[in-house]
Amino acid sequence: MTRNGKHLSYCILFTVLIICLLTSTQVQAQYDYIDISNPFLKKIPIAIPQLGTGSGNQAEKEFARASTELLSGSLEFTGYFKMLDRDAFLIDENSQWTASGINFKNWTAIGAELLTTGSVSIQADIVEMELRLYDTFKERMIVGKRYKGWVEDQRKMIHRFCSDVIFFLTGNRGVFDSKLAFESKSDGKKEIFTCDFDGYSPKAFTNNKNINLSPAWSYDGQWIAYTSYIKGGPDLYIRHVKDKRGTVVAKKGINTTPAWVPGKFALAATLSYEGDPEIYLLTGTGKIIKRLTKSYGIDTQPTWSPDGKKIAFVSDRAGSPQIYIMDIDSGYVERLTFYGNYNTSPAWSPKGDKIAYSASNNGNFDIYVIKTDGTGLLQLTDNQGDDESPSWSPDGSMIAFSSTREGPSRIYVMTAFGTDQRRLLALPGEQTNPEWSGRVTNN
Amino acid sequence: MRKKYWIALALLFIIPGLLFTTSCAKKTVKSEPAAKAPAATDEAAKKAELEKQKAELARQKALEEQRLDQERLAKADAEAKKKTEQGKRVRFEQEHIYFDFDKYNLKPEAQSVLKMKAEFMKANPNIKARIEGHCDERGTNEYNLALGDRRANSAKEFLLNLGIDESRLTTISHGEERPIDKGKNEAAWAKNRRAQFVVW
Repeated sequence: MTRNGKHLSYCILFTVLIICLLTSTQVQAQYDYIDISNPFLKKIPIAIPQLGTGSGNQAEKEFARASTELLSGSLEFTGYFKMLDRDAFLIDENSQWTASGINFKNWTAIGAELLTTGSVSIQADIVEMELRLYDTFKERMIVGKRYKGWVEDQRKMIHRFCSDVIFFLTGNRGVFDSKLAFESKSDGKKEIFTCDFDGYSPKAFTNNKNINLSPAWSYDGQWIAYTSYIKGGPDLYIRHVKDKRGTVVAKKGINTTPAWVPGKFALAATLSYEGDPEIYLLTGTGKIIKRLTKSYGIDTQPTWSPDGKKIAFVSDRAGSPQIYIMDIDSGYVERLTFYGNYNTSPAWSPKGDKIAYSASNNGNFDIYVIKTDGTGLLQLTDNQGDDESPSWSPDGSMIAFSSTREGPSRIYVMTAFGTDQRRLLALPGEQTNPEWSGRVTNN
Repeated sequence: MRKKYWIALALLFIIPGLLFTTSCAKKTVKSEPAAKAPAATDEAAKKAELEKQKAELARQKALEEQRLDQERLAKADAEAKKKTEQGKRVRFEQEHIYFDFDKYNLKPEAQSVLKMKAEFMKANPNIKARIEGHCDERGTNEYNLALGDRRANSAKEFLLNLGIDESRLTTISHGEERPIDKGKNEAAWAKNRRAQFVVW
């Protein structure tokens, strides 16, 4: 069988063989596990013991060990869980992993409210994995799945299970199907990179040894629009992620800050060919539909409300950069930010209720969120470095941003409430301007 | 003027020479018999002729030197002039105008620099200029791209008002991507908040 044929058949296998176990006991998503108003205030204690193996051979043991690490790390990434120390577990490695074999008292005794178990078996590079999530107090399974795929698809299988777990607990699919795009600068050149949601597998998206900026994913993750100096000026490139096709918008002046309209093959961008930087609505093929802002001075950095009816953007019409909200149909504009004199990089939350942005106070930049009605201003970061360019995860649970807190600028993530701030990845040079994709299901 | 000077100099050599020969002849007349006198006169005439030729040679040489000198001077003049032109062009490209943080209005110093740039462009009607707008590293690069665009345009509009044709001016914003000074302090930032000119 050819490699392609193998992959094709894998896809079919993988899709067909995701079997929900014991569907009769699998109830509808239960939101009482996680407090929606601030899900990160009280983390759920979860125990993730080593996954078992079918035959117990060395390959399976190694695969099971790596899978357990990945499962634990991926669930911890969400910020919802408190990972219990494996050394404190009251069981041995080879204990039973089905409900009838589990002594739930052993788990509640160490404070675990949730427990994952599972088993791995490998035959001729094909992995079969069964993974379960238990409520230790109710003593029952709440998620149970079986996955089958090639050995190299370990991450896909584990993340599929994580996605199912988070969907059960929150009613949302989470971050596991998403990617990030960002700028990476070294030797004076700035290229666009992409990576998985957890910083894994960073890849250069542009490789033209020039300056490339401001990547923006289309809602379906199929396109990335960005600004590049490859032809001299800051031009707008709209490029299909997989195929090498696309368009260039290269008008006089700047062609910057693309922002895709949710659910449409259209985008807003800043163009200055009519004299000053204004925001325009363009088709995905780069044709101007209409000019959105009409104010002398700077209008830039649009971000769409999830319903596509409004944009938030930055304007200096009042003398300093502030964030405004415009209703697209009526053209009505309202100022959103009044605190501080340098508020830029708005990012509208996927739930639609908040806008994250970066603001300079006392010389430092920090990330803030504000409700779209102008109330509820909250400072999320506070440290010596500059924290800039917030971008929401597709489920709205996390925010990626860039920070110079460790010296060179790197990409960081935190929960939407500012907790669990950590670095996502570090490449040579400096990384800036992270842009989180929506859910990308077929990558 | 210089020519006259050289002639005067040449004469200065010839006249004492002549005087010397005559005084010599007089002495000879006193000591020698009269019969020998014509021969002595011949000799003196020959000597005088020789001196004359010598003087003529010296004069020719002096003139040649003078000509060479003039050529050298003319060349130096041309070079100096060229240098001044080059100097003006270097200055046009290397003297930047500076802005305050997050601002794109032209300060008085910037305006006087721009006036000189306008004069240079008027004196050199064939050149075209690209005005590049730059920012310091603070703030988001996306906003700074817009700010750099405004800075370049402020300079452009000022030059248009001074009568420079729009077809000779283009603008580009580099935002914060091309700092002159990579330092992270106000001195470095002040150098980076600029509009600069490139001839093309």
